[in-house]
Amino acid sequence: MFNNFPLLSLTIWLPILGGLWVAFRGSRSDSVKAEALIFSIVTFILSLVLLYNFDSSTAEMQFLERVSWIPVFGIEYFLGLDGISLPLVLLTTFITILVILAAGKSISDRLGFYLGAFLILEGVMVGVFAALDAVLFYVFWEAMLIPMFLIIGIWGGTNRVYATIKFFLYTLLGSLLMLVALLYLYYVTGTFAIESMQSAPLNLLEQQLLFLAFLMAFAVKVPMWPVHTWLPDAHVEAPTGGSVILAAIMLKMGGYGFLRFSLPVAPDAAASLDSLMIAVSLVAVVYIGLVALVQEDMKKLIAYSSISHMGFVTLGLFVVFNVAAKTGDWNDATMGVEGAMVQMISHGFISGALFLCVGVLYERVHSRQIKDYGGVANTMPVFAAFMMLFAMANAGLPGTSGFVGEFLVIMTAFKANFWVAFLAGTTLILGAAYTLWMYKRVIFGAVLNDNVSSLCDVNKTETMILSTLAVAVLVVGIWPAPLLELMQPTIQNLIEHIASSKLK
Amino acid sequence: MMNELQVITPEMTLAGLGCLVLLVDVFKREESNLTFWTASISLIVVCLLVVVWRPDQPVYVFGSTFKLDQVSSLLKIFILITGLGAFFYANYYFEKFNLKQSEFYSLAIFSILGMLVLASAHSLLTVYLGLELLSLSLYAMVAMDRDSKFAAEAAMKYFVLGALASGILLYGISMLYGAAGTLDLIELKTQGMAKHNDLLLVFGLVFVLVGIGFKLGVVPFHMWIPDVYEGSRTPVTLFLSSAPKIAAYAMALRVLGEGLVGLSAEWLQMLIFMAVLSMGVGNIAAIAQSNFKRMLAYSTIAHMGFLLLGFIATSPGGYAASMFYVVVYSIMGMGAFAALLLVVSPNNLDEKITRFKGLSLTNPAASLMFLILMLSLAGIPPFAGFWAKWFVLKELVASGMLWLAVIAVIFSLIGAYYYLRIIKYMYFDSDDAANSSICWNRSVGTVFTVNAVAILFLGFFPGILMSECLKAVLSSVV
Repeated sequence: MFNNFPLLSLTIWLPILGGLWVAFRGSRSDSVKAEALIFSIVTFILSLVLLYNFDSSTAEMQFLERVSWIPVFGIEYFLGLDGISLPLVLLTTFITILVILAAGKSISDRLGFYLGAFLILEGVMVGVFAALDAVLFYVFWEAMLIPMFLIIGIWGGTNRVYATIKFFLYTLLGSLLMLVALLYLYYVTGTFAIESMQSAPLNLLEQQLLFLAFLMAFAVKVPMWPVHTWLPDAHVEAPTGGSVILAAIMLKMGGYGFLRFSLPVAPDAAASLDSLMIAVSLVAVVYIGLVALVQEDMKKLIAYSSISHMGFVTLGLFVVFNVAAKTGDWNDATMGVEGAMVQMISHGFISGALFLCVGVLYERVHSRQIKDYGGVANTMPVFAAFMMLFAMANAGLPGTSGFVGEFLVIMTAFKANFWVAFLAGTTLILGAAYTLWMYKRVIFGAVLNDNVSSLCDVNKTETMILSTLAVAVLVVGIWPAPLLELMQPTIQNLIEHIASSKLK
Repeated sequence: MMNELQVITPEMTLAGLGCLVLLVDVFKREESNLTFWTASISLIVVCLLVVVWRPDQPVYVFGSTFKLDQVSSLLKIFILITGLGAFFYANYYFEKFNLKQSEFYSLAIFSILGMLVLASAHSLLTVYLGLELLSLSLYAMVAMDRDSKFAAEAAMKYFVLGALASGILLYGISMLYGAAGTLDLIELKTQGMAKHNDLLLVFGLVFVLVGIGFKLGVVPFHMWIPDVYEGSRTPVTLFLSSAPKIAAYAMALRVLGEGLVGLSAEWLQMLIFMAVLSMGVGNIAAIAQSNFKRMLAYSTIAHMGFLLLGFIATSPGGYAASMFYVVVYSIMGMGAFAALLLVVSPNNLDEKITRFKGLSLTNPAASLMFLILMLSLAGIPPFAGFWAKWFVLKELVASGMLWLAVIAVIFSLIGAYYYLRIIKYMYFDSDDAANSSICWNRSVGTVFTVNAVAILFLGFFPGILMSECLKAVLSSVV
C-alpha cells in the first residue's frame, strides 16, 4: 500500500516545515499552540501508520527511500527503518506531543518560536533514526544541536548560557571525531551507505581507532561517565520541555549510535575493549547513583539518575561479548541487547514523566530545591499519586517498565560474571534510595511553608499528559512482549553480525 | 578557436567601464546613486560576458601568459558576484552615513580587474601584474576614510607590509626565473619536476610562498589583517574579505597547483605549518576579541588556514574542495560583515560584539539570517560552511593525512565558540541600551536575504557547486 509513498520523508519533513510555519507566524497568533499540537499529532499518526505497516518478522530495512543527493561523492538521501529504529521513532513522535501540550504559562516569551523549535527538533531526530547514509545521518545528528541550543539558551534558567554552550561544544567535540571516522570508512569502502560500512573488513587497530572515535560521539550523548558533566547543567537550566526531550530522546541517540555504528562496524574492537566499557558503565551505575543521592535540586537528581540508568544501556550492549565468551552461545547475548533497548524506551517514558512532574511543581512554586517543598500530598493528592508511580518505576519496581530493562540486563550480566551483576544490582537499592527519599521529602510530611499550602492540584491538561505516560509505563512493564517481538529479528541479526569477526 | 582579443574581452570591458565610472563620478558627483548603478551594471555586464564565453578547453593567448579555462571562468563569476554584493552593501552604508565616496566603486572595479587578471594568469609576470593592480586599489580603499586615525594607520600598515610582500614575491620570481629560465607556468612545471633538488628553485619557492601567504593572510603573515579590518570602513572591510580571497586562492592554485607542483614535497611541509598555525592562532585569538571586525579578522585567518588544507591533499579533489571553500567563505564572510553594516548607524558607531545584544527581539528576520551565517561559519550542518569543511576533510583523509584532519576538527571546535557567542548575544540576552535595531531599505534587505538563503541553499544542495568546481579543476589544472 505504501510502497511508493514517501511516508518516512513525510514523518521527517512535516514537523520541520510545520515548525518553521509555527515559529514564523507564532507571535501574531493565539492559536499557535493548537497548530503546533496538530502538526505533532499528525506526525504521531504518520509514525503509527509506519508501525502498522511494519513487518516485524524480518530484520530487513523497510520503507526504503533512496535518491541520489550529492552525486559527485555518491552521497544519497537514503532512509529506512528496522526493529531498532522504529520504536525510537515512535518514542520521539509520542514524547513531542506531550512536550507541546506541556508548554505552559512559564513560556510567555515567543511561544511560537519555542513550539516551532520543538517541532523542528522532532523532525531532525526522526531523521537521525531513519538515515541509512552516513553523511545524511551526520547532518541530522549535528543539526539536532541547533534547536536544542536555542531552547536552552532562550528559555532556560539563570545560568542558561553556560549550560547551553557547554552542551553544544561538548557534543560537537564528540561528533567531529565521528566525522573523521566516517570519512575514514568512506576512504576504505568507497561508499557512504551505512550497510556497506558495517560489512567492511577492517584490521584490529583500524577497528579500535574507529571504535574510540565513535565512542567519543556516543559516550557524550549517552552520557557515560566521565563525559557526563554537561548533562546535569543542561537539565537544570533547560525549560521543562527541553529537559524532557533531552532525557527521553536525545540520550537515546547515543545508545542508537552504538547499535548502528560501534557494534556492527567494529565488533572485534568492541570485543577487545568490552571490559573498559563494562567498567565505565558500572561506574555510571554505582558512582553516579551515589552522586544522585546527595542532590538537593530535583532536576539535578533526576539528571544523575538518568546517567545511572543509561549506564544499564551501555552495560547491556557490551556485556554480550563476555556472555558469549563464557557460555559459547550468542543467543544468550541477545537478551542483553534487548534489555538495553527496553531500558532506553522505558527510560524515555520515566525520565520524561519525572521531568514533567518537576515542571508541574516548578510552574507553581518556581523552585526546584527539595527543601522548598514538603507535604505536597496534602494539597496535590492526584499529582502525588502520579509521581508515586513514576518514582516507583524509576526505582525499578516490577510491573513498571523500569523493571523489565534492568532485569533483562542484570540477568545477562549474571551469565557473564557474578560481580558485574552484583554491582549492577546495587542500582535496585540506590535507585530506590535516591528516588524514594526525594519523593518522601517533597511529597510527604507536614506542610512546612506557604508555597506548598497554597498549591492547587494538577489541571486537566497536566492530568492528561501524566496519565498517558502512566499508561505507557504500565503497559511496557506488564506486557513488554509486543515491543520485544518488534525488535527481536533485528537484534538477532545484529548479534549474528557481531558474532562473526570482521578482521581481514 | 577564439581570437586573442575575444579571450580578454571581459577584462577589457571592465577596464573601459571602470573609466566610465570614473567619468560619471567626476561629472555627476552629486548623484552618487548614478555612480553606484553604473558600477553595478558594469559588473553584471562583465559577468554575463564571462558566462557566455566559458570555454570547454583551456585557451592560451598572448604568448601563453594569459589562460582562459573553466577554473578562471568559475572564479571570475564568483569574484564578480561577490563584488556586486559588496557594492550593494556599500551603497546602503554610504547612503545611511550620508557620505559621498563614490570613488569606492571605481577603485573596487580596478581592484576586481586585477583579480580577473590574476584568475587567468599563466605566467609569473601576469600573476604579479594582477596582484599589484588588485593590491594598489585596495590600499587606496583602506585609506579612503581620511579623517580617521585608525584608517590611516591601517592603510599605512597594509601598504608597507603589502609592498614588502610584493618585493619578496618579486625576488622569489626572479630566483625562479634564474633557476628555470622561464616564467611560464607549464614550463616551470616541467623544469620543477626535473630539477626538484635545485637549491635556487627551492629558495625562489620560499619567497613566492611568502607572497601567497601574505595575500591569503595566513600565519605568520597575518599581522596586517586585524588592524586593516578594524581600521577600514565597514564596506571596505566587507569587500576586502570577499572577492580578494577568491583571487588569492586563484594565485595559490596557479602558482602552487600548476607551476610549482613539481616541488610539492617542499611546499607541502610549509603549507602544513602555515595551515595548522593559522587555524590555531586564528581560532584562539578570535575568542579574545571584543570588536566584531577584529573577531571576524581572526576568523578569516582560521578559515584561510583551513582552505590551505585542501592544497595539502595535492589532488584535483583537494583543489576543488578549496575552491568550494573559498567561494562559500567569501559569501559567508560578506554576510557576516553585512550584519554589522546593517546594525551600525551614524549616531552609534559601536562595533563591539555586544552590539548585537537582543537583536532577535527587535529584528527576528535579520537575526535568523545572521544565525544562519554564524552557524555556517562555525561549520554546523545543514549550512554551506559545513560542506566546505567536510569536502576539505574528505580529501585530507583520502590522502592519508588523518592526523591533520583530527587537528583541523579540534580547531573548528574551538572556533565554534566565538560564533556561538554572537548567537548568544542575539538570542539569549536582552538589550538594555536598546541600541541594536536595524532599519534597512528594500534593496539591501533583499541582498542580505539572498546572501543568507544562498548559504542555506548551498547547504542543502552542495553538489551543484562542488561538481562544477571539480569539473573545472579536472579540465584545466591536471
